[in-house]
Amino acid sequence: MLVAAVEVNGLVVRYGDLEAVRGVSFSAEAGMVTAVLGPNGAGKTSTIEVCEGYRKATAGTVRVLGLDPATHQRQLGERIGVMLQEGGVYPSARVLDTVRHYCTLYGKGADAVELVEQVGLASRSKATWRRLSGGEKQRLSLALALAAKPEVAFLDEPTSGVDVNGRDTIRGIIRTLAEGGCAVVLATHELDEAERIADRVVIFDGGQVIADGTLDELRKGHDEIRFRSSPDLDLASLAAEIGMIASQVGADEYVIDAPPHPRLMAQLTAWLAEHGHPLTDLRAGSQRLEDVFRRLTTPAADTTHTDGAA
Amino acid sequence: MKRFTAQLRTEVMLTLRNGEQLLLTLGIPVLLLVFFSLVDVLPTGTDDPVDFLAPGILALAVMSTAMVSLGIGTGFERSYHVLKRLATTPLGRPRLIAAKIASVAVVELVQFAIIVPVAYALGWSPTAPNWPLAVCAVLMGTMAFAGIGLTLAGRLRGEINLAAQNGLYLVLLLLGGMVIPFSKLPNGIRQVAHALPSGALADVLRDALGGVGTQPASSWIVLSIWAAAMPAIAAATFRWD
Repeated sequence: MLVAAVEVNGLVVRYGDLEAVRGVSFSAEAGMVTAVLGPNGAGKTSTIEVCEGYRKATAGTVRVLGLDPATHQRQLGERIGVMLQEGGVYPSARVLDTVRHYCTLYGKGADAVELVEQVGLASRSKATWRRLSGGEKQRLSLALALAAKPEVAFLDEPTSGVDVNGRDTIRGIIRTLAEGGCAVVLATHELDEAERIADRVVIFDGGQVIADGTLDELRKGHDEIRFRSSPDLDLASLAAEIGMIASQVGADEYVIDAPPHPRLMAQLTAWLAEHGHPLTDLRAGSQRLEDVFRRLTTPAADTTHTDGAA
Repeated sequence: MKRFTAQLRTEVMLTLRNGEQLLLTLGIPVLLLVFFSLVDVLPTGTDDPVDFLAPGILALAVMSTAMVSLGIGTGFERSYHVLKRLATTPLGRPRLIAAKIASVAVVELVQFAIIVPVAYALGWSPTAPNWPLAVCAVLMGTMAFAGIGLTLAGRLRGEINLAAQNGLYLVLLLLGGMVIPFSKLPNGIRQVAHALPSGALADVLRDALGGVGTQPASSWIVLSIWAAAMPAIAAATFRWD
């Protein structure tokens, strides 16, 4: 039987009166990038910290490589790589010294010079942490996680504050890590990040898992046709013609919740042409993850803001 | 052992490469020692001011390394999440703490290797110095001051911790019998000064190195209490992030 590298079951984390994580369950497997996605304050970091053995669970069970991180932190420490959301390095410490230090701490024979090169910091080897840019700091943090030659890697917002080129470097390294058999658990609040890099997505909101699956699974059954035209379309007339309701989602943007059937597309474009409306943009197919996320986290009639939720 | 030595190496390297830390742990003690030995303005009560100053400056050196340097460094490591990052490696908390203690000891050795010869060069001539007793006093002082430094570092945020450590350093320096003799302090303040770890350490060191302590027996008791209590309080209250 295949045991998942990370198994979280009914996890609860409470800080005083605040319940940050409220009964979370999910798993992450070797060789895959599992993105834990959700707004800030959704409970992602707390969950990951329990997996790292850094924080105690209030309730529920967590197993990493079959071990309980709360009681086997030392054994797991040798097998997991960690990238904190921010910081983690003393400001006056130099790049190569720091990587070399972590290579020794993990004792896995990782080569510091190679790692520094791999994350693209070879020219900054002698720079201190405080002189690094945001992106360079994140790349150094990633190198420290790689120094563990990890079987499981927990990466908290690995590309936040990183420019486009830096992001590509980091994402490339993360993919390589997963292809080498590592179970990568990546926390992010950026949908785009999850969409680009993850094999599986676990969506958090308000301390709970509200969706969990591969990207395809999450998008499945949520095909749509999205187009831009005049701002004042007669939607009733359009609905009568095509037998589907289009809803206005922006000043001049409309969405029809339906698979992009050729006949439907033909009817839509014919109707627009007939009524003298332009067609300035047309996209059809599965929803973007962003739309899946919106649909799950903000019910249409609900005006409450989810970002502030614990 | 490899991990411990790697951590120790990093701790010592970061301390010795940090200009502010060097000023605090070596610059100020050596400067005070040299200045007040050559400029005889302190009411030391000894023929040669260096005979009074040398043990006090050694006590100051212990305080600056074990309390201020360790406390400020650890406080910033907390704010920068360095402690949290290390806690997820196989280093483990006990070895991290051991490495920090060892690094304080290494820096103290460096301090003594400089301060003691400088004091002798300035004419320090302790009568029948009891070095083993002095080492014992330094160990207890280190425990007491490290406990105080880590208690502050374990609770206060980076900059506030920095200010608190420096403020406390100044108060303990002035009231500690390190450069100002107890006899010159007003009566009420003198009682307080004798109850402080800085005063107790300076007094027992002065007694061990030349037999000129004010009230060594009670100072040993005071020092032991601080040495036992403060590390325990630090351990109980310390927050890793």
